[in-house]
Amino acid sequence: MNKSFLSAAAFAALSMTAVNAQAATLDDVKARGELNCVVSTGIAGFAAPDDKGVWAGIDVDFCRAVAAAVLGDGEKVNFVPTTGKTRFTVLNSGEGDILFRNTTETMSRDADLKLTFLPVNYYDGQGFMISKELGVNSAKDLDGASICIQTGTTTELNLADYFRTNGISYEPVPVETNAEAQTNYLGGRCDVFTTDASGLASTRASFEKPDDHIILPEIISKEPLGGAVRHGDDQWADIGKWVVNALIAAEELGVTQGSAAEMGKAAGDNPSINRLMGTEGDFGSMIGLDNQWALRAIEAVGNYGEIFDRNIGPDTAIGLERGLNAQWKDGGILYAAPIR
Amino acid sequence: MSSGTSVEGSTSITSQRNIFSRLWNDKETRSVIVQIIALVALFAFFAFMIRNAVYNLEAIGKGFSFDFLWQPANYDINQRLISYDSRSSHMRAMQVGILNTLLVAFAGIVLATVLGFILGVLRLSKNWLTNKIAYVYIEYVRNVPVLLHILLVHGIMVHSLPKPKSAINVGDAGFLTNRGLFMPKPIPEPLLWAVIALFVAGIIFAIIFRSWAKKVQNETGKIYPVFWISVFAIIILPVLAYFLLGSPVNWEAPELKGFNFRGGMVIRPEFIALWLALSFYTAAFIAEIVRAGILAVSHGQTEASMALGIPRGRTLKLVVIPQALRVIVPPLSSQYLNITKNSSLAIAIGYMDITATIGGISLNQTGREMECMIIVMALYLLFSLLISMFMNWYNKRIKLVER
Ligand SMILES: N[C@@H](CCC(=O)N[C@@H](CS)C(=O)NCC(=O)O)C(=O)O
Repeated sequence: MNKSFLSAAAFAALSMTAVNAQAATLDDVKARGELNCVVSTGIAGFAAPDDKGVWAGIDVDFCRAVAAAVLGDGEKVNFVPTTGKTRFTVLNSGEGDILFRNTTETMSRDADLKLTFLPVNYYDGQGFMISKELGVNSAKDLDGASICIQTGTTTELNLADYFRTNGISYEPVPVETNAEAQTNYLGGRCDVFTTDASGLASTRASFEKPDDHIILPEIISKEPLGGAVRHGDDQWADIGKWVVNALIAAEELGVTQGSAAEMGKAAGDNPSINRLMGTEGDFGSMIGLDNQWALRAIEAVGNYGEIFDRNIGPDTAIGLERGLNAQWKDGGILYAAPIR
Repeated sequence: MSSGTSVEGSTSITSQRNIFSRLWNDKETRSVIVQIIALVALFAFFAFMIRNAVYNLEAIGKGFSFDFLWQPANYDINQRLISYDSRSSHMRAMQVGILNTLLVAFAGIVLATVLGFILGVLRLSKNWLTNKIAYVYIEYVRNVPVLLHILLVHGIMVHSLPKPKSAINVGDAGFLTNRGLFMPKPIPEPLLWAVIALFVAGIIFAIIFRSWAKKVQNETGKIYPVFWISVFAIIILPVLAYFLLGSPVNWEAPELKGFNFRGGMVIRPEFIALWLALSFYTAAFIAEIVRAGILAVSHGQTEASMALGIPRGRTLKLVVIPQALRVIVPPLSSQYLNITKNSSLAIAIGYMDITATIGGISLNQTGREMECMIIVMALYLLFSLLISMFMNWYNKRIKLVER
């Protein structure tokens, strides 16, 4: 339906955009005055429009951070919603400048689909959700179940491998979007919904009775979720990469949305903070921006911890713990390369 | 000398101009020229698009190759008419998709034709109520996009039918659930082949008998009950044989085990939704075609036939239907093409046809957009051409033979 239409449209765009030189996404974005950011069609906590139509979520905040660094305004983002299937075509055809869409970094996506991945912004893994009344406590007991999966994802590949290697059978029920998965799951077309564990938590939180459903303990894959850009524009990839690093480093260094402006006024005695805030060194010009690039990003959306807590943290309905996504100092594996 | 040449030159120019203007003023040549120009422009346009696409793909470092077809597909497909698992190749996944497309298209064409003819006749009924019901149905159905019909039927199946645990038991033979209709699966015993052979022999006999009866009728005017004799040969005889041979089929019954019914066979809600929605939708169009076809046969013909003492049934069969068919068949072909192409809406509800397999998951997991799209388009083109060829052949067969 409209998604396959979208993919056809993106394909048409691919064949119609007159042969254009690769580089200079930065110039295009500046000239347009708006960042085209590829996100999902809607998964609360990651990227979803609220009831006023304003997009919110972790992925959305990363889009806004990039827009703030590049254009000076986190609001200047045009969100391009995509399904698991259309996202890469939309990015590669030039309809999107950058992608933040619960996207797992894999070798084939990097090397064959020609994407350049930005640092991981959420370490995830694939899980299973099932209604409590079915009394299942382990994924190994799912023999014969009907399972809803989003097509065009790593999810469907992991699932096929997991069930085959464990010698259990299942009926795949393919769906295009999270919303479709939800209707099919709640309607009983499938017994189980499988996707990234974060996606399950977010989906469950949107149910009328979240407590009727459990997420099984098995995590069957590694899903390092990160942003991505097209191959071939290194400067643009660097911008994406260092904006993500800056937001993670900001948390580590204790720079918050509230304190950033103050800390950016004058150099203090922590050189790492000074470099991040642009009061020391000339890091902005290395990526084609000015030295306040990171300051603006942090002012727009806060540091990584603030983004996490606001969108999916323990105090939200989704209620995810930091777990692997804590800073390396706090027992997680979040570890931003130094800005120097 | 020099003036001579210039004069010569100018005459040849004028005569050339004359040729062009004459060519241009000639209606037929002009239309040929325009067509050639249009064709060249069209080809140039496509060449430009393809060149751009290939160039743009290469610019981001993606080559053009069909090698991926032999790599393992790595995904599972629920409805498989041939053996397939996640280790099979993309090629195999494509074949599974092709069969699924053909299955739903064929089933859709059959049901839409039957429904369409019934509705078309009802629409001409003298009974006010029947007539109006058919009218309302046709107008409602053809004015709502087919995608909505598909989603509606699927939604109704998934949300209003019970889960497997509380399945609706259909005479202990089938179980209707929101996961589909589970039915016993026939497992043939060797003797079944005898029944099948008898059935095939029946068909061959019927064909030969029919042409023989026709010849006899032409020569002597004697009429045989061809229809009933054919029914006897094709259906009644094999059925009798089946029971005399002690029903040489084992039925594997579906059984509720764990989450789902196991064993037997299942018709999934995705298939049912797509099949019914496509059929209901297209039947409304076919009904209008049938109505127009019947109305096109002037009433005088029926009256003339009846006046000759030909009974009503025969009048319908020998006078009205053959002439109506000539009006009905050509537009009917395009409805058949529509069903086939509209079946690609399958993707909206996750029915695994060509668009969802090779044009969907394979395309996405391998990133070979260009290659997969070419394959999918070529396949639909092929199916459409085959249907057109068949319908053209049929149309020729029923054409008015002028004596
Ligand atoms: N991480 C996996 C799965 C991504 C995925 O599709 N996730 C779902 C659930 S977390 C999603 O984002 N759905 C939103 C939508 O349907 O637009 C991948 O990259 O292939």
